[in-house]
This record gives sequence, structure tokens and C-alpha cells, in this order.
Amino acid sequence: MAETITPVKEAAVENIRLRHHFATPAQQMDAATLGMWTFLITEVLFFGGMFASYAVYRNLYLGAFASTSEYMNVVLGGTNTAVLICSSLTMVLAVRAAQLSNRRHTMLFLVLTMIFGTAFLVIKGVEYHAKWVEHLVPGFNFHYPIPQFQQHAQILFFLYFMMTGMHALHMIVGLGLLTYLLVQAYRRVFNANYFAPVEMIGLYWHFVDIVWIFLFPLLYLIGHRK
Amino acid sequence: MATIAQGTPEIAAQEVNYLNVEHGWKSWLFTTDHKRIAILYLISITLMFFVGGFMAVLFRINLLEPEGIFSAETYNRLFSMHGIIMVFFFLVPSIPATLANFLIPIMVGAKDLAFPRVNLLSWYIYVIGAFLTMYAVIRGGVDTGWTFYAPYSSTYSNSYVLAAAFGVFTAGFSSILTGLNFIVTVHKMRAPGMSWSRLPLFVWSNYATGLIQVLGTPVLAIVLLLLAFERIAHVGIFDPNIGGDPILFQHLFWFYSHPAVYIMILPGMGVISEIVSCFSRKRVFGYNFVAFSSMAIAVLSFVVWGHHMFLTGQSVYTSIAFSFLSMMVAVPSAIKVFNWTATMYKGSVSFDTPMLYAFGFIGLFTIGGLTGLHLATLGTDIALHGTYFIVAHFHYVMVGGMVMAFMGGLHFWWPKMTGRMYPEAWSKFAALIVFIGFNLTFFPQFILGYMGMPRRYHAYPPEFQALNVLSTAGASILGIGYLIPMVYLIWSLKNGPKAGPNPWGAAGLEWQIQSPPTTFNFDETPIVTEEAYNYGPLEEVVG
Amino acid sequence: MSAGLLHVHIPKVRTLVLVWLALICLTGLTTGASYVDLGWMNIVVALLIAVSKASLVAWIFMGVRNTTTLTKLFVVAGLVWLGIMILITFSDYSSRTWTYQAQPWATNPAGGTSR
Repeated sequence: MAETITPVKEAAVENIRLRHHFATPAQQMDAATLGMWTFLITEVLFFGGMFASYAVYRNLYLGAFASTSEYMNVVLGGTNTAVLICSSLTMVLAVRAAQLSNRRHTMLFLVLTMIFGTAFLVIKGVEYHAKWVEHLVPGFNFHYPIPQFQQHAQILFFLYFMMTGMHALHMIVGLGLLTYLLVQAYRRVFNANYFAPVEMIGLYWHFVDIVWIFLFPLLYLIGHRK
Repeated sequence: MATIAQGTPEIAAQEVNYLNVEHGWKSWLFTTDHKRIAILYLISITLMFFVGGFMAVLFRINLLEPEGIFSAETYNRLFSMHGIIMVFFFLVPSIPATLANFLIPIMVGAKDLAFPRVNLLSWYIYVIGAFLTMYAVIRGGVDTGWTFYAPYSSTYSNSYVLAAAFGVFTAGFSSILTGLNFIVTVHKMRAPGMSWSRLPLFVWSNYATGLIQVLGTPVLAIVLLLLAFERIAHVGIFDPNIGGDPILFQHLFWFYSHPAVYIMILPGMGVISEIVSCFSRKRVFGYNFVAFSSMAIAVLSFVVWGHHMFLTGQSVYTSIAFSFLSMMVAVPSAIKVFNWTATMYKGSVSFDTPMLYAFGFIGLFTIGGLTGLHLATLGTDIALHGTYFIVAHFHYVMVGGMVMAFMGGLHFWWPKMTGRMYPEAWSKFAALIVFIGFNLTFFPQFILGYMGMPRRYHAYPPEFQALNVLSTAGASILGIGYLIPMVYLIWSLKNGPKAGPNPWGAAGLEWQIQSPPTTFNFDETPIVTEEAYNYGPLEEVVG
Repeated sequence: MSAGLLHVHIPKVRTLVLVWLALICLTGLTTGASYVDLGWMNIVVALLIAVSKASLVAWIFMGVRNTTTLTKLFVVAGLVWLGIMILITFSDYSSRTWTYQAQPWATNPAGGTSR
């Protein structure tokens, strides 16, 4: 796992966009990194509240929760997992390209990430539509085929919509941020001395990926066995 | 404390500072200067404080008569909105968003917080949250109590729960952003030589507060969101009739809201450390212990939430663990009180207004803290739960503690923030009035609670009337005690004598720059060479 | 950090692609494992695979391996706090039923409660 350390050329220092209250570019970058990770911790606990609810109800209503896996589309869910993993790869490549001052590749990988992100949302929309058609939207038209699980399965489907909905909302915000990055990259803002926004939004994107990595087995796979 | 190359303040007749560097409303609403944002926050939370206080006056009037004066419905809405506004829109942002926002960058020797634009954003988010909540108030308020307990709030309440809950949800993000900014600032923006062991204790306590805000508030956000969907779509997540568990709401709610109690008190403890040290002219006794007790409180605060739920059907075994852990919080809290007292021992104590508030804090917080032990004990809590004993307990901590500290801090740093002194006699008089009014209001409530008067009822048996009248009388005195500073502080803006950079002869970086500070605080980055609270003989510092 | 300029860690493309490949394989593995009945082990396997996938993303893609000790500490703290919330909440639910077997009035007719 060797990494190269590129010394910053003195001549390029005017490109670093140092804000007035920081003493050095390293201080600015450190602050941004720590701030972003702190923000991600708040996100962990935000989603954590839903994971805790899921754990409690799964423990209480094991049978009802397991039965819901029958109504989850593993193929679409699995495809979406793969799509998100691909988007993470292109995202990290975009960061890498920005670090190397490669504007063309930065833009290319940003666009690819956005395509994967959009594909994820489209597939998610197809799944949501299927749930609506099958009368599995809690609170509006919920009618579960297994009568004794009607109420408890509704809680699971509510958590399903909350968790995937919040996740999708984060994806949409992420797509907005990527659009911003694309415009900035087009304007030649990023270079080897200034790429903090690409890296920070990259961290956000990977975090959203990690959330899905947990949602996929918990919602789609548990109880799937027969 | 530190060596700073600083322009001597008496040179310029009309010196430039952060207040007069720019004019017009745009220069305020689009500022990224942490000092101006602190002033914006100060104005906002003061407004909310008086709205919340007005509701307290109304329901105290109701309790003058045993059968009540307003309807039960109105009374429920009044105390609920009082709680929501005071907790989420005054106490949580009170010291962090105003005094700490103003002082932390200066105390660590920085030009601004790490993320100035995020700081401004947090104020706008706060204002949006406040407007949503005020909308709920205007439409008729909320009657769920400040805790929004499900399933009452989700299914049965016939009031504007959604607007109020969404207001609190929004304000939570402002709190998160403030905490995040402080954490990064303390880690990354310290001046050369400002090591962790040289940080003022006010910075330590606000750092610990920031950790709680960042770790706890997101859970409040998600639980209010779940509540909102439950109310809109009735999916049963908190409704026991269709399989949900209302206690889950309480678990998640108190996972934030118990630590939030420490969001409300820790910054106050930091203020008291500064004041006690300055007006005793001594280094804080046991600096390391006071600093680490803040961190210990922050950590322990997250493992005690179940003591709010002893009577809910929570597992008895979990309750026993929570009871034990709650006792543990008393240790770091007591360390602080003992160390402040030890700091005063053999110090040259002077009785300026901030110190009067600090005395009030130490005494009242001790009473509030010790009565907390009654409530943390599983057996006694069964008798005292849901009575006025609890109301008195948390008002001793929140009002007797935090509001006292806020007033003390405001009087301590007012000359730094505005460059003006306030009238000394009036301020001491007001501090005394607040102390007397506070005790008259809330001490009778301990007795009422012990006698068994439950909280949150608009009517009560006639034998409780005498103590209730006493409490209401005290509340009116307390209200006057808060109005007097409002008047003379505003008066002092134009008419107060000029303060000079260091009117108290205090140590600390903030006292070595001009009052009010310039936009970037320091002309040159200071280099810190000494520990905090390096108080020598008085004559050398004042002059 | 001479002159406070940036130290940049640029990952190798080969490393990134290998991690991507591993993530795809693990996704296949967890899907496949869900079709095999392992009893209560199914959830353990699913979560173990999820944790390893998440660790890979965090360690390589998010660059935790190259960050400061402080950042690593923050990441761990966030996870510990998530653990505190879930474990303590869960402790309530898992121990609620323990007490009620020992209540004498529940079975004693003289206690007044008829069952």
C-alpha cells in the first residue's frame, strides 16, 4: 500500500485558495477533514436511531420480519448494491484525478459517479412502485398477504421506507453536490494544491454507500432462506 | 498570560472594531464574523427567553387558585410551549451560541471559528426552527409536554405537534453545526503554544458540550422524524395497539435529551470557572481535574438516560444499572464544585456582579445536583417521579445553574463585547433580586412535590394553595430581576463608561485585545507562553 | 509539514480496483449465503460480511488508513456511541421478561389477582 507524496511547488501556491482565518493550507485541509468526519459521525447516529428501532422490532417480531423478505426484490437490491459500489470506485478515482490535477479525468469520473447514482435511484423508484402496486406502503394502502403478520409487517415496511427513503434523500443531496463539483472542475478550480471539496464530498458519498451496505442484508436477505 | 504584539488601544480616538467596521443590515445578516453572529444569537435567544418566560408568568397566575383560572387545555399548552421554547430555543443555544461563539476563537488565539459560513448557517437554521415553533404557538400551541411522548403526541393530541416538532428538529441541526464548529476549532485553530493544558476551562467545557451536541442531537432528529410519520400515516411504530412500543420513543428521545441536560449545564460550569478564578485572583484549583471532569460528564451523560424511565415498564435490571450510572455523574459534578470552593480559599475574593452570579450558581447548582440524587435512586424516585419535586430539581439546575451562569458570563464579558461598563449598583441589586426571586419560586416546589403535588395539572387540592401563591409571588420577583439587566445593559450601550481592554484585571487572551475586538481579533497571531489563569498580585495587572 | 503545505496520499489505481473487485465478490457471497439455511448464523454471517465491506470502503476508499490518529479516534468514537445506543436500549428489551416469573401475587389466588 505505498503512497506517493507530492511536494507542492512553491510557484503553485496561489492556487490553494487559503481562507483568511487559516495560517497554512495544511491547517485548512486538516480542519476540513476533521469537520467532515465529525459530520459523518452525526450521520452515523442519525441512521443509528433507525437501526436501533429495526433491531428492537426484529427481536420482538422475528417471524413477521423474516416473512417480509419474500416481498423484497433481491435481484434489484443486489444490482443496486453493485451499482453503488461502482459509484464509490469512480468517486475515489475522481478524487485521485483531482489530486493529480487531471481535470479531464476528474470530470469524467464525476460524470460516471453521477450516472451510477442516478441508476441507483431509478432502480429504487422501480422497487417503490412495485411496493405500491403490491399494497405494501404502510399507512396508505397496506395489506399484507399473511393476515397474522399484518400489523407487525407494517412496522418493518415502515422502517424499510424510512431507511431507504432517508438513504435515497442522501443520494439526491449527493447528486446535487456532485453537480456542484462538476461545475467547479469545469471552471478549473481544482488542482493538486486545492482539492478539498472533491475529497470531502467523496467522503460523504462513500458514507452513503456504507449505509446501503448494511441496509441490503438487513432488509433484503434476512429470512430469505427457505 | 501571553505575549501579544498589540496596538495600544488609547492611540485612536475612534478606533475600528467589529461593531463599527461596517454598517447596515446587510453587514449583519451576511456576516461571517463569529462575534457578530454571537450578537445575532444573543438577540434571538433573548427574544425566545422572554416569550418562554411570558408563558411561565401566565401559568403561574393560573396556579394562584386551586381550581385554576384558565382551562386545563390552555394550561397544558402553556407549560408545554414554555418547556419547548426554554429548552430548545434558549437553554441549549444560550451560552454556546452566544458567549462561546464570541469567545472561543479569541481564547484559543484564532481569527475566527474553523467554519465561519457554517456558523452563520447555524443561526439561520435556528431562526427557521424558531419561526416554525412560533407558528405552532400562534396557531394554538402544543399540549404534549416538552417531551412529545408517544403515543399521545403521535395519535391523541389535538394540537399543532407537527409544526412544533419540526421546529425542534430544525433547531437541532443548528445545535449540531455549532458543536461541530467548536470541536474542529479547538482541535485545529489553537495559536502556537496554546497546548491543551493551557486552554481556559471555558473552552474545555464547551468542547465537551460540542461532543454531546454532535453525538446526541442526530438521534433527536430521527426520533422526531419517526414521530412525525407515525402522526401523519399512523403506521404503528410507537402505538401499542398495533404492535409498536412507546417506550422505544422514550429510549431514543432521552438518548439525546438526557445528554442535552449537560449541553445546558456544562458551558455554565465553564463560565463559573473563569469568573471564580478571576475574582479570587487565583489559578483554578486542580485545573486538570476540572478539565477532565467536563469530559467525564460528557461521556457519562450518554449512559444514564433510563433514569427518566423508571416508571415506564422498562426492565428493572436496566433500571438498576441506570440508577448506579446516574450516581456516577455526581462524582465529576462534585469535583467541580469542590474545586471552585477551593479556588476561593485564601484567594483575594472580590464581590463584583459576575462573582455574585457565580456564588448563586454554586449554591443553587449544589441543591439541584443533590436533589438529583434523590431522583436517581430507584426507590425514592417512585415516590417523587412526576411531582413538583422534579420540577424544582431541574429548575435549580437549569435556571439556578445555567441561567445564573449565563447572566454571570454576560456581565463578565459585556465590557469585552460592547466596550462599555454597566451601572454597578443596579447590576448587584438585580443579581440579588434574581437570587431571592428564584428561591422563592422554586423552593416551595420541592416541598409541594414532597407532599405529593403532581406536575402538569392545572388544578390542585386547596391545602397546596399557600405554597403555590408563594411560588407565583417569587416568579414575579424573578421576572423583575431579569427585566432590570435588560434595561441597564441596553442603556449602557450608549451611556455606559468606556471599559478599556481589561476592566477586571483578568488573565486570558480575550482581555489582552481591545474592547470591543477588531474583526480578526488579533493583529498578529499570538504566541502563548504561559498557562491559563496566571494571576499575579493585583497591582501588576490593573493599570 | 514544512511550510504547512499539503501532504497528499495518492492511492494506486490497482489497489482501488482490487478493493472494488473484493466488494463485488462479497456482495455476491452475502446474497448466496442468504439462500443457505444456517439458522441464527445467517444474520451473523450477513453482518460480518457487511462489516468487512464497510471497513474496506472506509479504510481504502475513504482513506482512513492515511488519516491522523485523531480522525481514526473520531471514527471509532462514533461507532462506540452507536453501540452504546443500541446495546443499552436492547438491554431493556432483553431483560424485561426476567422479573415477572418471581412475582408471588401473580400465581397466588390470595394475592387478589385472578389469572
